Order: sequence, then C-alpha cells, then structure tokens
Amino acid sequence: MLRRFSITLTGLYAVIRYCAWRYPAYRAQLARCNLIAQIRIVDEDSGRWYEIKAGRVRSRAGIHPKPDVTLSYETADVATRLLTPPIDWQEQINSAKNFRLKVDGPDELVYQFTQLMFATRGAGWRFGTEVGDGVRRYTSMTNAGPCFVYVKDGKILRVTPIDFDQDDAPPWTIEARGRRFTPPRKTTLAVHGLAWKSMVYSPDRLLYPMRRVDFDPHGERHPENRGKSGYVRVSWDEALDLVASEIRRVKTDHGPGAILYNYPSHHSWGNVGYWTSALLRFFNAVGHTRVNHNPDSWEGWYWGAAHHWGNSMRLGTAEPYGTVGDLLKEAELVVFWSSDPESTSGIYAGYEGTLRRTWLKELGIPAVHIEPYLNATAAFLGGKWLAPRPGTDTALALAIAHVWITEGLHDKRFIADRTVGFEAWKRYVTGADDGIPKTPEWQQSETGVPAREVRALAREWGSKRTYLAAGGWGNGLGGACRGPTGVQWARAMACLMAMQGLGRPGVNFGNLQWGTPIDTTFYFSGYGEGGFSGDLVATASSISLYQRMPHLPSVNTTLQVLPRTNLPEAIIEGRAEGYQRDSRSIEGQFVPIRYPAPGHSRVRLFYRYGGSNLGTMPESQRYVKMYQSPNLEVVVNQSIWFEGEAKYADIILPACTSFERWDVSEWCNSGGFALHSQMQLNHRVVVMQHKCIEPLGESKSDYRIFLELAHRLGLGMYYSEGMTELDWVQRMFEASDLPRRMSWKKFLQKGYYVVPAPRERLRAPVAYRWFNEGRKKDLPEPSPLPSEYKNRYLEGLQTPSGKFEFECTTLKRYAPDDPERPPVLQYSRSRESVESERAARFPLQLITPHPRFSFHTESDGKDSFLNDIEDHRVLVNGSYYWVLRLNPVDAAARGIRERNLVRVFNELGAVICAAHLTHCVRPGVVHGYESSARYEPLADSERPTDVGGALNLITPKKSQIARASAMGNSNCLVEVEPWAGHAAATPAHQTVETHSA
Amino acid sequence: MKKWNLVFDVALCTGCQNCVLAAKDEYVGNDFPGYSAGMPRHGHKWVDIRQRERGRFPAVDIAYLFHACQHCDDAPCIRAARNNAVTKRSDGIVIIDPDRARGQRQIVDACPYQAVHWNEALSLPQHWNFDAHLIDAGWPAPRPVQSCPTGALRALKVEDGEMRRIARAEGLEPLDHGAAHGTRVHYRNLARYTHVFVAGTVVGNEAGLEACVPRAQVRLTRGADTIAGTASDAYGDFRFDGLAPASGRYRVEVTADGYRTQALDFELADSRWLGEIRLNRQESGKVDQRCEKSLLKNI
Repeated sequence: MLRRFSITLTGLYAVIRYCAWRYPAYRAQLARCNLIAQIRIVDEDSGRWYEIKAGRVRSRAGIHPKPDVTLSYETADVATRLLTPPIDWQEQINSAKNFRLKVDGPDELVYQFTQLMFATRGAGWRFGTEVGDGVRRYTSMTNAGPCFVYVKDGKILRVTPIDFDQDDAPPWTIEARGRRFTPPRKTTLAVHGLAWKSMVYSPDRLLYPMRRVDFDPHGERHPENRGKSGYVRVSWDEALDLVASEIRRVKTDHGPGAILYNYPSHHSWGNVGYWTSALLRFFNAVGHTRVNHNPDSWEGWYWGAAHHWGNSMRLGTAEPYGTVGDLLKEAELVVFWSSDPESTSGIYAGYEGTLRRTWLKELGIPAVHIEPYLNATAAFLGGKWLAPRPGTDTALALAIAHVWITEGLHDKRFIADRTVGFEAWKRYVTGADDGIPKTPEWQQSETGVPAREVRALAREWGSKRTYLAAGGWGNGLGGACRGPTGVQWARAMACLMAMQGLGRPGVNFGNLQWGTPIDTTFYFSGYGEGGFSGDLVATASSISLYQRMPHLPSVNTTLQVLPRTNLPEAIIEGRAEGYQRDSRSIEGQFVPIRYPAPGHSRVRLFYRYGGSNLGTMPESQRYVKMYQSPNLEVVVNQSIWFEGEAKYADIILPACTSFERWDVSEWCNSGGFALHSQMQLNHRVVVMQHKCIEPLGESKSDYRIFLELAHRLGLGMYYSEGMTELDWVQRMFEASDLPRRMSWKKFLQKGYYVVPAPRERLRAPVAYRWFNEGRKKDLPEPSPLPSEYKNRYLEGLQTPSGKFEFECTTLKRYAPDDPERPPVLQYSRSRESVESERAARFPLQLITPHPRFSFHTESDGKDSFLNDIEDHRVLVNGSYYWVLRLNPVDAAARGIRERNLVRVFNELGAVICAAHLTHCVRPGVVHGYESSARYEPLADSERPTDVGGALNLITPKKSQIARASAMGNSNCLVEVEPWAGHAAATPAHQTVETHSA
Repeated sequence: MKKWNLVFDVALCTGCQNCVLAAKDEYVGNDFPGYSAGMPRHGHKWVDIRQRERGRFPAVDIAYLFHACQHCDDAPCIRAARNNAVTKRSDGIVIIDPDRARGQRQIVDACPYQAVHWNEALSLPQHWNFDAHLIDAGWPAPRPVQSCPTGALRALKVEDGEMRRIARAEGLEPLDHGAAHGTRVHYRNLARYTHVFVAGTVVGNEAGLEACVPRAQVRLTRGADTIAGTASDAYGDFRFDGLAPASGRYRVEVTADGYRTQALDFELADSRWLGEIRLNRQESGKVDQRCEKSLLKNI
C-alpha cells in the first residue's frame, strides 16, 4: 500500500507539471503560489513534498523539515483512496469528519495548494459557444429567466432568451375542447431580465471597497452620520481585515449573538452564490442572531387560510398541481381576484404563463377581475371588472357566499362529506348570529361595488365550473393578502372555494400560471435547498441535497432570533416581540419570538447583504433611524450597487453580478420555498451559469468575499472545503439527475439542458381531486409532513379534522376570542378604510402592489434601461420619478395634470411622484408600485420627503393582526397634492461619491 | 424575391415592453459598422410600445401599438437623404448608413411616422433597422420578435404577393397612409387602438332590488341606419367597438323582456360609457325618476 501511495504522490507531481505545460490558465495559477506543501501519512514518516516557487514546481519523496502546508492522511490506504481520481465526495467528507484527514498551515496557503490539486481536473474544460466575429455565447440565469449572453472582447454585447435547438426535448401538448395547445420551443425572459446589461454596466456599480470617511474603528465611529457622510476608497485587505477584526471583537466581548446579518428576499440567481448557500454557510460558521423572515408576499394565506385547510409548507396557499390542463379542459369561468400574473410573472417565471392565458381567449373562457385597479392582466384578458375599495374584498366575498346559501348554489355533497363547521359559517353569513345578513346590498356601502353586480357574479360563479385565481400565482402570492385585511381575504378565498367543491373538474385555484404538465420527478436542486450551506435546519438541504452532495454540515449555535417586521425596533429599542414563520406545522406560527433571548447579547454588528429594505419594508424611515443608532457599533454592507441601505454602512464590500461568477441552477426552482415552482414554466431548464465576463473593477463574487473573510477567521478550509465556485458547480451537477442525461463537459460547453416533458400518464394529478373524491393524497409533494396527518397518513387535509374547516379548530384552541382572527371568518373594517377618522385628512387609498417591470428593487434605479419605460418611471426636469396613478376625477379635484409632480403623503412622510391620470384606478384610489430601489430623502427631518419613489416610506408597519407578524402595508390612507419643489432634481443617475479622508 | 415584413397583433400585446428593451439591449453601447451606431442610453426608443386608454371608469380598456420604422418601400427618408445615406435593401429592409447620414437632420423630419431619431452626440439620424446585422448573420427573426412572449409580433419573409394574401386573410392593415408609402409593418386588430367604443350598463329590478339585466337586445343606429346589434351580458353590460372617433350622433335602443324599451341619443367623440341605463318595468307604467337623473348625469 505504501508503494501505491508513493506512486499516487509522484503522479500528482507529474499531473501538475503537465497541466502547467499544457494550460496557460493553470500556469498562471501556479505562478501565484509560493509555498512548500507536504503530503504525508500519520502512522509512518512517509510522504512527498512539493515546492512551488516563481511558477515552477519541485518535488521530492520524504518529509520536508519546514513545510508551509501539510496534508496528513491517517494511513497510506486512506491517502491512496482519497487521492485517486475520480473523487468520491462521500469518502472525502467522511474522512474529514472522522479526522482521518487533516490539514495544517495558514488557511490561504492550504487553499492555494488544494486548488492546485483540484484544478488539474478542470484545466482543459471548455465552455460557451463560438458564434463568429469574435463573439462567444454563454448561458446564464436570472430572476427573469434563463438567457444567452453574447460576449465580445470581454464585454457583454447582448442578453437574449434561449431558442432551443434540434437536440432539445420537445414540449408537452394539452388537448382541450378539440384543440391542441403546445408551447413554443424557447424560453421567455421578463423585461427586467432584458435590462441586465445596463445593470452590469451601471454607473451605480460598487467597484472597490469603501469605508465611511468618519468611521474610525479605533476612535469615534459617528453612527449618527450613517447615510450622511461620504466614503473613502480602501484596499480589500484593509476592508476585510477590518470586518474580520470587528467580528472577532464582537464575538469575544459579547458572543456570536451580537452578530446580525440580513439578506434581501431575493438575490441574483444561482445555487452556489445565492444567500441560502454561501452566506448561510459563512454565517453559520461565524454564529449569528437569525432574522425570522415573515412570509411577506403570502401573509394572509399563512396566518389565515392555513387554519382552514393546512398547507403550511406552502405557506397556506392552495395545492398547485395539474391545474393548467384541468382549467383548459373543464373550466367555464375564471375569477381573477387581486391577481395580476402579467405584472408579477408569477415569480421567476419569465412570461411563460402569458402565452397560456392567450389560450383562455382562444377558447372563449370568460374572465372576471376583482381589484381596485384594472391591472395588466385584466387589461390584457378583458372581462367584467369589479373594483372594490381596498381592504373591503371580504365583504364582497361574504355577499357571494350569501347568494349561494340563499339560492342553493353551493356544493352540498362536498360540504357534507369534506368539511366541518359549515353551520357556524352559514349562521354568520346569513346573520343568524349577529342580525346582519351579509347580502350584496350590505356589502355595497363597504366595497362601493353595486349589489346587483355582486349578485350577478355570485350566480355566474355558482352555476358554472369556476377557477378562482387568487393572487398572482392563482393559488396565492401577492395582492390583497399583503393588505391590512389580508388575513380575512385569504380566508374568504379558501371558504368560497370550499363552498364550490374544491377539486371537482373545473373547480380549483389557478390562472394558468401554475400547474403545467412538466416533469416533477427529475431532480435538480433549487435554491431553497441551501446550495453548499450544509444548513440542515434553516434550509431544505436535509431532504435531498445533503445526501446527494456530501458536504460538511453547518450549524448556527446561537438560539437568539429577531422578527424581521420589528428589526429596526429591536435595534433602536433593544427589544422586540413577534411571531415566527415556521411552516412545518399549522401551529408553528403561534410560537412567539422574544428578543433579546435570555443571556444573549443584543446585536452590535450588522452585516447587511444588498440594500432593498428602504424600498420594500413598511414605514421604511425606521431603517434610517436604525442605521443611525449608536446601538449598532459597526455596519457592513455587501452589495453590487450603491443604492438603498448600502449608503448607510460603515464598510462597503463590492460584490459582482451573477454574470461575473460561476454558478449553476434550474430556472424558477426555489426548492423548499415553493416546491415545484417550475410548474409555472412551459419547460424545465437547467442552466450552467458561465462566468461570462471578469468582475468589474475590484468587485468579487459573494463566495469569494466570504472565503477571504473566512481565511482571516481560520475558517477558510471549513467554509470552502478547498473548492472554488466552479468546483461546487460541478458537485451540484453531480448531485442531480443531470449526469444521466448529459455529460459534464457537454453541459459546461452548451450551457443548458431542457428536461423532457413526461408522457401523459406520468403527469401530476390535479390538485384536490384526491380530496374531493375521498382518496389518499396522490400529489408529488412531501407535505404535509407525516406527523401533520392527524388520523392516518395521506388521508385528509392537515387540519385537526382532516377536513376543510369553516370553523378553524387551531384558532379555537389558540385564541377563540380573538376578534381579529375568530375561528369563523368575520368581516371587520380595515383601519385604512375611508370610513376611518383619519380619512378626513387622508381621503385617498394608496395601493402598492408588487412592481410590474422591475423585480423588487432589482432592475429599478441603477441607470437601468427600465427608466425609459414610462409606465415605470417618468423623466421630469432631468430626474426619473416613480409613477403614481390617479383617477382623473381625483386629479381634477386637486388641480393635478398628467406628468405633474405630486406629493403623496400621510403622517409618516411624503414621496414625490409623477402623476399619471388613468381611469384604471377607481375614484378614491391611487396606485403606485412598491419596491423602488432609490431612496433619496430631501432633508433630514422627522417626517422625510423622498424623491426616489420609495412609497413604503408612508405605508404602515402595523401587523395585520396583533397575534401575528404579518405585514399589511399594501394599501393605506394618503393625500396627494401638487408639488412645486425644485430641489428634487437629483441626477438621472448618480455615481459613487468618494471623499479623501 | 422574398422580403421581410412584420405583423403586430394589438390583441396579443400585453404591453410588457420586451421588444422595447430588446432593441435597447441590442444597440446601447454597441456599434455595428455598416449598419448602425450606438443608441443613446436614454431617451431613444427605436422600438416603442405606445399605450392608449379608452373609456372611463368602470368601462375602460387599454391597447398597445408597436411603433418603429415601417421599412416603407417608397420611403420619404430615402428621397430626403443626400449621398445615398438611406437605402432600401433587396430584402425590404431600410438602412440608414451610420457614416453617410451624419449631419442629415432632414432624414428625421422626412419620416411620416416619427420613427427616425436624432442622436445629438453623433449628429446622426437613427432608426430600428430590423436588426439587419443579425438577419445577415442568419438570425431567423429580429430581437423584438424573439423576445415577444405571445407572438404578438411576428416576422415574415415572403414574396410581396404572398404578404398581400396574408394581409387579406388575417385582416391586416397598415398605419395611416401606409398604402401610399408601402409600409412593411402590418397590424392586426388595429381598430382596438385607433377606433372607439360605446358601452353601457342595463339596470332593472327584481323582487324590489336593483338587478342587472342580462340578454337585453341593444341596437346601435345612426339616422336610419342600423350600425350593429348586440345583447347585454350577465352584468347588463354591452359594448359596440370599432367605431370611428368623432363620428357624430348615434342612438342606442335597449329592449328587454318585461321592461319598456328605452332609447338614448348621444354624440360620439371618443370612447364612452353611457352609464347605467335604468329600464322601467312594463307594468309599472311610470318613469323611474332616479333613472332619468342618472341618465342626465351620465350623458
């Protein structure tokens, strides 16, 4: 065995020399190393050393007296097994875990040497396609869909959707009503994806590390000047040394609980670089206080609807399988209720659902739209539009239920066999308990929708096989569930469909956005599975990925948790309470969070990833106050662009975009967050995310930034396992079902793989059909988890009764007397209602849905191409203003004309927008999207005025209900007036200002 | 000789702006010598999607129109250009030469469709040239077509005779004066953008409650001519579309079982909602006062 060991080590020497001779990139890598590495066994003095110096390698058998780096294997047998290709990762990881393999030496040198060993495998890899004229075509993946990236002379030339070639798999076909529907052989890219080139080459890019000019870690830190003072350029070494020493200081003085990190809801795409992956692995290794993220786009479903039917793992939304085929074949009507898939593209789904909705038109299936704003979907599809006042939808829903009950239009068989609590529900709806029948006439004064139209809708709906599209996905997400009465609304949606016999042919949740007949069994990991994080608690890694891709686990040892909805209060006031999002069970949401945790330090160091919160979180001025609090001793921001919260940091670390680093992913695969969300697509597509160009300026990939920080904390080898991003990409590839379909080299070069559609008999069944027909659950999802079935596994819903509960047992047990969330749904008037006292001063209702053109804060600002879309921002006096839509009647009453600058305000502050007069908003309602990337306050005052367009500055932070951490900020009371200010003229694009110290 | 054409279907456009961004992505920061010079980062939209809102709350709709160089066969810009700066290729594509056109502002002014843009920095007239550099490199369609999610925008390379046949079969129309200029962009459902509608809501009563009147017969007349007939839907709504804007006085006559027929005269300037048309029960014999008032208010 010693002889084989010796041969293996000699072989390694030969391979390094060969690669250095054959491959210039490897030669360059070698030239950057200056070290002596010893590989040896422990049980005997046997081994070989390698001296790498000035681009040359020298090696001798034996033990070197003073190596920089030592790799020690327990025995010659172990060493031979681990060093002989192909690498068995399970074997490697087990050996490391069992201390049969250990490394000594400075982190960075060990990493350099292991990289020289690993890189021999990939030295000859080729990637991308030559398309002539010096142009190379790469592939990448974005939140908007997959893309080809054409590069010339190291610069991105263009970004396009992917047209499939003749080798790619053919798509599915659905036969419905004598027609055949087949999607085209291509991918779609949402408009924000087509803006990526302008975002990569944005003047707002952070190109080098910076330190706030008046931040002195050894003296005065001036936290009060965050957001005010400028920055000075520093070297990476200075920045990283500073961050690492602050991490060490805070941990030593206060414990790891004093470290807080927070990430945006979304990140640039890729399983390795996503925040669930590199960031989690790093911060688990460091230790931290975790931020519990409320389900911000699903609030009403999670805190409300889940009590009626479970589905906690889907945050209380409906099952999504098989609904495209069922709808096209069976449905006679689709009711879009606060549902605008043309604006939200589902999430991540390009415009895949759009084409399918043209089939609705083709089949002549009528649509009804219920929303205060005639949204893009309603405008595209046409059909009856009912425009209830924001926050009153539940009254409208109750009136529909009333008509059904009084006219016998509900599914009595289903209600008798599959539900409980209907009598209690009926008593409330008919007014048997409170003396108020919830008739169409009753709702009219609340909603402003004529009673006759509600009655007509109820009759149409009750007599036709009807799909309810609730929220952008059709089965949840966005819309009214994010408003102050979102919990009521989502509950109402669930109850209405239960009255109609959910799951019978043509009766389900959907709007053709989810539920395509794609393959749901082919495995490729989604970002919710945590990439290489090794986090078995906070990600879905333990379900599949951890077994398939053996890697070191990671654990955050700190139990302290902080509710995101109260993050600023937690910092400023030093305490916060909330309720957790824990989707494993229905009852998980009842468990309170109390910060600080006993014996744990309050947060001192805040490491922020990106800068979106000023545009996306309610009452966002709170964040400014938080950043300027002395309770934060140091703030680090790792960001691609100088925008939002990045301007409030002490140290800024410039990250590169996903076009400048290696990664791999599947389109629209969010893993455990929303299992099988690829069912929004017409094709499953796995994409190699090529490193298309070098990182701009001195920016680095997130992976690399954490690696270099980890080196400074002695965690480099634990964090990286000696891997580069490309190594992890390959391991992620090997962990999937893809190697059985396409070789690594082919994938690396071509850049994508289209998963074939399954034969018709292998398609997923239709959602809730099993439940309607009283069979065992037959859908390809592992939820509810086994213990959540109360009677027998796979029988019935997750509720205690296993049935749909009009009267919710879980609420009865927890807080039967909660007036905000009673066991039987009741309508209660929104605190942001026009009937409230505040409406005298703020008579208009502002609705702030998810943005249509940008994706959260991505693609907005940044001097992006999107600025030129006048439905997104409007150029006035040299500045691009956020658009506020008003009904001409309301505008005329205020002397506001098209394109006038207006001040939209309430007690919380004011935002300057450009007015667009449109009859698409009902009178009394104004409309502006949330998620401005820009926050540019005019003056420093208690009640700020922002010219950037961050409407969340003036949306309320209050939880929808007291016993939940449920954001309810998608509508609120405001007033609007003309604005004559000039100081607004912020430049159309801004550059990073640096001040020399 | 096969030539390039574009077909845009107003009814299939969601207004997503992908074609606008695709053109920006293609030309901003990129020079294609012999074809085009770079597009300014902001301000220019060589490909544009225009929006038209019709009607008023609650009867309102939105239509979008693809707007770009029409690649006219008899292009005024070609005649206006000096030094052969604008040429017509044999495949139908019009090219403004980025070198020879320098300083020739009259090329911008010559375009009847305002589809030529003046690049101040380069002193150059610019337009969307059908992505000719990509077409010549073998692309099957220009980028705005590739990025369109619904097929609202299609590129066809066919003989002119074949294109005329397709235009007839699909009811395609050119923009104004397109026939005279020989435009190569053809529009489907163009009336959704260029024409107007008149809509109304028929309201009756049922068991003492206000009720929608479905299946009411509605007739649109002008003078002695019946223009069209339709029936109200489940919500009592009806609509006549495709009417010429500012086309004068019309009458709508509403007939429904059990109700007295009602007629409304109105002037059609732009798209309009006639409001709630309240019908009186035949047996009631008297005019509903509220109905009179609401009509006065709405007309």
